[in-house]
Amino acid sequence: MNELNIENLHIAVGGQEIVRGLTLRVPRGEVHALMGPNGSGKSTLAKVLAGHPDYQVIAGKVLMDGENLLELEPDERARRGLFMAFQYPSEIPGVTIANFLRAALQSRVPEGEELEATDYYAKLYEKMELLGMDRSFTSRAVNEGFSGGEKKRAEILQLAMLEPKYAVLDEADSGLDIDALKTVAHGVNSLRGPDLGILLITHYQRLLNYIVPDHVHVMVGGRIVRSGRKELALELEERGYDWAREGAVEPVYTR
Amino acid sequence: MKTDTSAVDIDRNKGDFFYPEAHVRDAGVGLSEQTVHYIADVKEDPDWVREYRLRGLKTFLEKPLPTHWASKDLEAIDFGKIRYYLSPGTEPKRSWEEVPDDIKRTFERLGIPEQERKFLAGVEAQFDSEAVYSNIKKAVGEQGVIFVGSREGLKNYPEIFRKWFGKVIPIADNKFSALNSAVFSGGSFIYVPPGVKVKHPLQAYFRINAENFGQFERTLIIADEGSEVTYMEGCTAPKFNTPTLHSAVVELVALKGAKIQYITVQNWASNVFNLVTKRGLAQENAEVKWIDCNIGSRLTMKYPSVIMKGRKARGEVLSIALANDGQHQDTGAKMIHAADETTSNIISKSISIGKGRATYRGLVHVPKHLKHCKNNTECDALLINSTSRTDTYPAITVRGTGNAVQHEASVSQVSAEQIFYMQQRGLSEAQAMSLSVNGFVNDLVRQFPMEYSVELKRLIELEMEGSVG
Repeated sequence: MNELNIENLHIAVGGQEIVRGLTLRVPRGEVHALMGPNGSGKSTLAKVLAGHPDYQVIAGKVLMDGENLLELEPDERARRGLFMAFQYPSEIPGVTIANFLRAALQSRVPEGEELEATDYYAKLYEKMELLGMDRSFTSRAVNEGFSGGEKKRAEILQLAMLEPKYAVLDEADSGLDIDALKTVAHGVNSLRGPDLGILLITHYQRLLNYIVPDHVHVMVGGRIVRSGRKELALELEERGYDWAREGAVEPVYTR
Repeated sequence: MKTDTSAVDIDRNKGDFFYPEAHVRDAGVGLSEQTVHYIADVKEDPDWVREYRLRGLKTFLEKPLPTHWASKDLEAIDFGKIRYYLSPGTEPKRSWEEVPDDIKRTFERLGIPEQERKFLAGVEAQFDSEAVYSNIKKAVGEQGVIFVGSREGLKNYPEIFRKWFGKVIPIADNKFSALNSAVFSGGSFIYVPPGVKVKHPLQAYFRINAENFGQFERTLIIADEGSEVTYMEGCTAPKFNTPTLHSAVVELVALKGAKIQYITVQNWASNVFNLVTKRGLAQENAEVKWIDCNIGSRLTMKYPSVIMKGRKARGEVLSIALANDGQHQDTGAKMIHAADETTSNIISKSISIGKGRATYRGLVHVPKHLKHCKNNTECDALLINSTSRTDTYPAITVRGTGNAVQHEASVSQVSAEQIFYMQQRGLSEAQAMSLSVNGFVNDLVRQFPMEYSVELKRLIELEMEGSVG
């Protein structure tokens, strides 16, 4: 029951079907990597899980710990324990990371209750230390003028602070140099544990050298064509996505 | 009584509420010489003030409405149906039970003390701010500071009052300054002696509450050489117990080396025409700074100004306007450079929600013979919905050489992606909106006194709650 359960999901955007019958289970405590070429529908899946209004679910269901996720508003999903690290996180001018995270946590306490400021800052600084981040970071406006690496680290900091049950990390490694990649990987690894299920979406195998997944799924043309243990990623790296496509149970057409 | 969905905007059926008839101190409906004489009689004005009022009336009647450049909505004001003078004790009576629930909730959310809520809701004509006011008055009185109502100022300090009254804003400045000159009552009179630096801000809130909210208030502040004073007007509580026309005149005089900071936070009911003339005169090395927050009203037209008359004088206007559905905030600033090496700064931020409209109207004037004057103008507009509107009308005339002006303007919109991002972190759509808006005004609000910035933040949250969903 404690899993993120995606069943036969079909998603369209602008009238075109992008995800075509995707089935995937991510139990809490495991890290699942979802790999695939550009246009395979990985990011579309992530957006739909988070509840982006531009995407239309045609068929299928998504259950989070048995609860129908697709019926909930995006903020409701978040408060119930779903987190998404964005590939391109938005800037929020004038709102500091400290204030943003505080507002996010405040939205999780019952109405009329106030988040304890000292506890909050203690936790914030603890997590920042864990992620090797400078404290001055918190007084900067969210993502405003951030480098690619800073944006990704800010996403991981939010993940650490919000302590979700499931996290979808959409291209957590894109645009990062090797040092920034290691920092992000270190952050994710330090958050791994029995209470968190992670769906790690990535284009390249590179990230998986640093965040070693329990399972690897290959997505091509809107559905999963291969699943396996971590070795699958290496094999894929060697043989390419065409090989993965050939292994599909039924023919897969890329757009 | 009909109430709006938004927590703060109360449609009071266009101000048509009941006044008990036959009050002694009621000037009746409409405006004539008789009305003006009536007010002058009640206030026991000296002859020169009575004359001044009559000249005000004449000018008001002669001047056309400024609808060639301003909103045509001004034509909706029926001057014949307005009461121009009501003395304390003549407010409509109602019980606390009759106060709409959303207003009660708003008071609660804004953290307004129980006692004041009743006053603000019109249940009690007065609340006990007398004590607070007399404490302030006593504290500053020891330094020789005069902080009284305009009538008392006129009676007890005629030499200072008459010397400056109407000098910064002449009767004929505009139609509404003329109207105010004819029927003014209420407002503050402040005089700060040379070299005195008033530590705590003087708050009109307590003084005015101890009397009555002024519809045509008249405020005059004189800071003598080298003195400093901060004045705070208004509060963030929704003023829903007000008449439909508010037309104040505020004159500031900063003598050589003096500093005046004037802070306004006002939250009007959505049927109010708020047409205010505010201007400061800065002598050599003096500084006049306006901090102006406009929330609510049907139409606000207000352009705080500074005339920099002495060398090295400084003028500053920081303003925030929030225009919700059905509201038009036509605000801005005027900087008149009239001496060498004068500097001015304008920062204006506006937020338009729903079909709200925010207009920035600015004037920067540097004549040819001046040297080394500087102006910096920044105006930023934030649009919340695709139906929201913003306009900018900057008029900058800079002649001569060695003067520097800089103008920056931006328009931004809260994007769907930004809201989605915040929602993904657990914030509701309304919370996400209000956080964006607070972020937008953040760098400006940080310059406000602490208590106002906290109130403003809450107020923005309340406005946003009503605008989403």
